[in-house]
Amino acid sequence: MTPHSTDQQAAGAGVAAAAPSKAAAAIEKARREGRAALIGYLPAGFPDVQTTIDAGIAMAENGVDLIEIGIPYSDPVMDGHVIQEATVEALANGFTVPRIFDVVEGITRKTDAAVLVMTYWNPVMRMGVREFSERLAAAGGAGLITPDLIPDEATEWLEISEELGLDRVFLVAPSTSPQRMQNTVDASRGFVYAVSVMGVTGARTSVGAAARAVVDAAHHAGAERVCVGLGVSSSAQVREIGAYADGVIVGTALVAALRDGGVQAVAELTRELSTGTAKVSGGGTA
Amino acid sequence: MTDMHQDTGLTGADAGAADAIDAGTADAFLSHDQSLRHAPGPYFGAYGGRWMPESLIAALDELQDTFEKAKADPEFTAQVAELNKNYAGRPSLLTEAARFAEHCGGVRVFLKREDLNHTGSHKINNVLGQALIAKRMGKTRVIAETGAGQHGVASATAAALLGLECVVYMGAEDTRRQALNVARMQLLGATVIPVTNGSQTLKDAINDALRDWVANVETTHYLLGTAAGAHPFPSMVRFFHEVIGDEAREQILEQTGRLPDAVCACVGGGSNAIGMFHGFLDDRGVALYGFEAGGDGVETGRHAATITLGRPGVLHGARSYLMQDEDGQTMESHSISAGLDYPGVGPEHAYLADIGRANYEPITDAEAMAAFKVLSQTEGIIPAIETAHALAGAMKVGQRLAADLGPGEKASDKIIVINLSGRGDKDVATAAGYFDLLPDDSVEQEIAQEGEQL
Repeated sequence: MTPHSTDQQAAGAGVAAAAPSKAAAAIEKARREGRAALIGYLPAGFPDVQTTIDAGIAMAENGVDLIEIGIPYSDPVMDGHVIQEATVEALANGFTVPRIFDVVEGITRKTDAAVLVMTYWNPVMRMGVREFSERLAAAGGAGLITPDLIPDEATEWLEISEELGLDRVFLVAPSTSPQRMQNTVDASRGFVYAVSVMGVTGARTSVGAAARAVVDAAHHAGAERVCVGLGVSSSAQVREIGAYADGVIVGTALVAALRDGGVQAVAELTRELSTGTAKVSGGGTA
Repeated sequence: MTDMHQDTGLTGADAGAADAIDAGTADAFLSHDQSLRHAPGPYFGAYGGRWMPESLIAALDELQDTFEKAKADPEFTAQVAELNKNYAGRPSLLTEAARFAEHCGGVRVFLKREDLNHTGSHKINNVLGQALIAKRMGKTRVIAETGAGQHGVASATAAALLGLECVVYMGAEDTRRQALNVARMQLLGATVIPVTNGSQTLKDAINDALRDWVANVETTHYLLGTAAGAHPFPSMVRFFHEVIGDEAREQILEQTGRLPDAVCACVGGGSNAIGMFHGFLDDRGVALYGFEAGGDGVETGRHAATITLGRPGVLHGARSYLMQDEDGQTMESHSISAGLDYPGVGPEHAYLADIGRANYEPITDAEAMAAFKVLSQTEGIIPAIETAHALAGAMKVGQRLAADLGPGEKASDKIIVINLSGRGDKDVATAAGYFDLLPDDSVEQEIAQEGEQL
């Protein structure tokens, strides 16, 4: 495992040889506006591709800074019931992996939001890491969030993402050791995804103290941007987490809103969530 | 991620015949005094690794560290040996099967009797070892996945013996079909949780067990049932099953004065096979055969012949051969044998296949059931349907050996050892239904139609 700290720092300073980090740019823009970035997740193809595009645009128009689009996968071990049910339905409705690029392009053509793809690794491996990456870049995608790929196994992805200027968002967790935290922060590009609790996706009333400790550890290891996900569903939680993190990721609550009230409900929830992003104390944390 | 592996996957259907595999790489290993034994992981060639959420990496590190120290601790190995001897009933016998051998081209056939272990299969070796490891880590709870219920029952057994809480994840459909095995686990004090996610099969039971593990890793050990998954599971599960091959090698030398020509085992995830193969990995003259579930026939798409037709991918933490569609979605496997009905395979098998050290071939449901009947009626041993795949394969291997004798050689000069991985008591209803032995109006008939494995 070769840490890419030099490249990562270059990307953060905006002087990388490859394209600058789209995720970093989106988070830094929010920071300049005195906010934590708001990141919204939806699975592609739920209930169909066009709805995902419309809902993504609605999120961007109502206060989301980054959009995370998940690839429905047969074995989503990090997802709870709501997202699993949505992805099962997407697959039943005929979603195929190459359509992820239609979703990404459909959103990036209409908005300025950075669009990341969240995917378990096997679909990428099956298509080929290079082909997948090139098509993602061509569609205007910012990069990948990889819940079951750790930097230790990511040699090929590290090389290709560096070459194409794609963001590499790895996860860190409350259980992550200091050494692994350092390696993961060094290998990441764009931001580091801090898992708030030991568990899978799904709305929780509280994300607890563990999240703050993970964010602090990541910052301490040199991460410039750390965003918190898992269990966040209300503007109050966004406000609480936004006080110490650089961005807040909401997934399950938005998926449930789409399921129950369509694109309009996604727009409304996004607006509500975005009221929580203003930094009470002002200024950045990094 | 080289093309070589993908090509092997695509042409694997032809690779079944022993001579079609280029054994050059394995020879290179074995001719330079290098050993294939005790491969520590995390990688077996291009396979294995830890394709897992970061949340679980600390637990895998802790498990690996505990396992490495335990292996080197004479107190631990003595504990395992004591339980193997006085609880599981080891060493298991090696029985010559002279009447069955007549169906194997007349070669000599020996059965490694894992069916005689407590709980009726090889699975006890692994659950005792892992439950002891769980105790060493200070965990109070074990979770396990199960398909038909065999590993669930074995896990519940070990948990009862060692005073651990046990939760078993099982596909909702399987809990209905295997109601008696659910009851068996409950009698042993375990909680069985029906899994309603995804395809509601074994792979989804593993997914839910992993979700439980992520949330409860402080108190909980995931007692994985086969030599697959993330490092250190493949090498650890193999370690606890190595006793099979070690005993068999010693016993065949004692009974015949020489090593066998071939060793046969069935392969689902591959734990009984890797335990058996391990004893003979460095014996160049011993051909190793793994028999996968060919289901209705590999040409029908309804099978579980992962190495034969799968392509490399990652599932449940390891890179290995995998039954997947062109999008990388896991495909459903099919087999009359629930224990082989898994779309993945242990990474060490993928490696042994690629280097040509072991040969993997599919056996159809029909071939397996025919062998099931032959063994029952020639030796008075009813095998598990999983094991019947190894028996059917051994019949083919024996006939090939007999057809390929050198000058002056007799079929009876050749020796095959088969891992008789489990007994068939659990499969009586399925077999009775298959062979149409039940009266139309019997309760058992109804059960058999639903695939109940008593």
